Amino acid sequence: MQSFKAAAPHTTPDMFCHSSFFLRGDDDFNPANAFHHDDSVDLSSGSIFSLKSSNVDVVGNSLHYDAFNTGIRAAEIVSSGTGCLDTGQFMYQKGTTLGNGHIENWGDSGLADNSQQTDTSTDVDTDDKNQLQHGAIITVDQSKLKTGDQKTLRRLAQNREAARKSRLRKKAYVQQLESSRLRLTQLEQELQKARQQGIFIVSGLSGGHGLSVSGNAALAFDMDYAHWLNEHQRLINDLRSGLNSHLGDSELRILVESVMAHYDEVFKLKSIGVKADAFHMLSGMWKTPAERCFMWLGGFRSSELLKILGNHLEPLTDQQLMGICNLQQSSQQAEDALSQGMEALQQALVDTLSSACLGPTASGNVADYMSQMAIAMSKLATLENFLHQADLLRHQTLQQMHRILTTRQAARALLVFSDYNSRLRALSSLWLARPRN
Amino acid sequence: MHCQTGSWGSYVPTTRTTVGDPLERIERLASENAVVVFSISSCCMCHAIKRLFCGMGVNPTVYELDQDPRGKDMEKALMRLLGSSPAVPVVFIGGKLVGTMDRVMASHINGTLVPLLKQAGALWL
Repeated sequence: MQSFKAAAPHTTPDMFCHSSFFLRGDDDFNPANAFHHDDSVDLSSGSIFSLKSSNVDVVGNSLHYDAFNTGIRAAEIVSSGTGCLDTGQFMYQKGTTLGNGHIENWGDSGLADNSQQTDTSTDVDTDDKNQLQHGAIITVDQSKLKTGDQKTLRRLAQNREAARKSRLRKKAYVQQLESSRLRLTQLEQELQKARQQGIFIVSGLSGGHGLSVSGNAALAFDMDYAHWLNEHQRLINDLRSGLNSHLGDSELRILVESVMAHYDEVFKLKSIGVKADAFHMLSGMWKTPAERCFMWLGGFRSSELLKILGNHLEPLTDQQLMGICNLQQSSQQAEDALSQGMEALQQALVDTLSSACLGPTASGNVADYMSQMAIAMSKLATLENFLHQADLLRHQTLQQMHRILTTRQAARALLVFSDYNSRLRALSSLWLARPRN
Repeated sequence: MHCQTGSWGSYVPTTRTTVGDPLERIERLASENAVVVFSISSCCMCHAIKRLFCGMGVNPTVYELDQDPRGKDMEKALMRLLGSSPAVPVVFIGGKLVGTMDRVMASHINGTLVPLLKQAGALWL
């Protein structure tokens, strides 16, 4: 169900909220036929509600309330030949006049009647618009009030009923959403606890002792990395406030040094992780999805570091500029070399594993198979070395950048780099939480 | 017993069968060219280091130890020299030992590799 975009008092057409759409179970109001979107029907206080003749026709056709259709004809709506409806003429069955100038055509769930609003968390105006949607504009000339009275009353009652139902539906939906959200938080907490207790996650692919050992190493790294990240954020925040409060160079240097020393820690962790479970490090499952997308050989690209920093380092002296350019070039070259080495590794593995074991006897096959597997195993062992070299490259690029820059520049650089990664992580969260249809 | 001296060509493994100290041979081979890499043809890290030099515009002299009859001894000697396994790839520049992959990459990142190459005459830019 769609809501039409007629302007409601105090709101813009765009504020029709999505949730109202599918609460209109029994209302097959078709906005396409209804009020033209361009016609800003101004219902603000004191304005005269004007129905253009085209609208009037449409209203008569599209609203499917029987009473409404039969009761209201275009002629009935237009009053006094001006095409305008005088709001002051409008009367309710209850005899309440709307002296406030607002146009309301349904009883106790009118636009200005806030007490009728639902207690849901969505904006009040949504309901207003819901009400507006129902039954649309029904203002009648005072002279016709008696004859159309019964039909009007019936119609009004139906409107109220439909509005009430939709409010209830919306309420139920929102409650469902909120309980799901709570459940999600609970599940996340449980998962976190389970990880901390070192519960082995058994996959269906392989079982037993081997997996549990490596699973343990992977979990251990994940935990350590999570702690490292928290501490890193704390140090970065200190650095940020230090930079913003215009600390002197010597104090700033202490903050910068502590961040750099903390980076040393993560590379130690990664080194242990690579030795314990190279595939887990390579998989990047310890990173968020968006970070994982940009991963290279188990971490960030050393050549990307300087690209991310971009113009934030300026102004640079000539010597610094040359140093940065050289660093950009050398990190790129080293990265390319390692990438090509990895390609060669993968190709060698493919060749080894795809080589046909041809042998006349069964034992010949087994021997060939074993030797091929042995070769493949030694190839896999060099994978650890590649991950190790990639981490070294990252670490050295960071350290060289630190050497080239002044304290203040280094502080800015560390903040920019950290912010970039934070945003990637935030992007991952947003992506994972996106509503799906 | 007599010792043959000299080796010709960068990529052709020598066929001498003299008993010589493999380490001596390594040092001799290393001093004959600006950039010398001891490698094993199936080693992927060796492949990476070759790509690194080629990417920089350097043309290194490569000795594939698995294609050399005395390669095994040389490999062992290198392992003793470096104090670690694997022995390859190992790089000599200007006759002096630079080291394995991590040392070469570290010196490239901290900016000391290029001057070293220029000094040895392997790079002109």
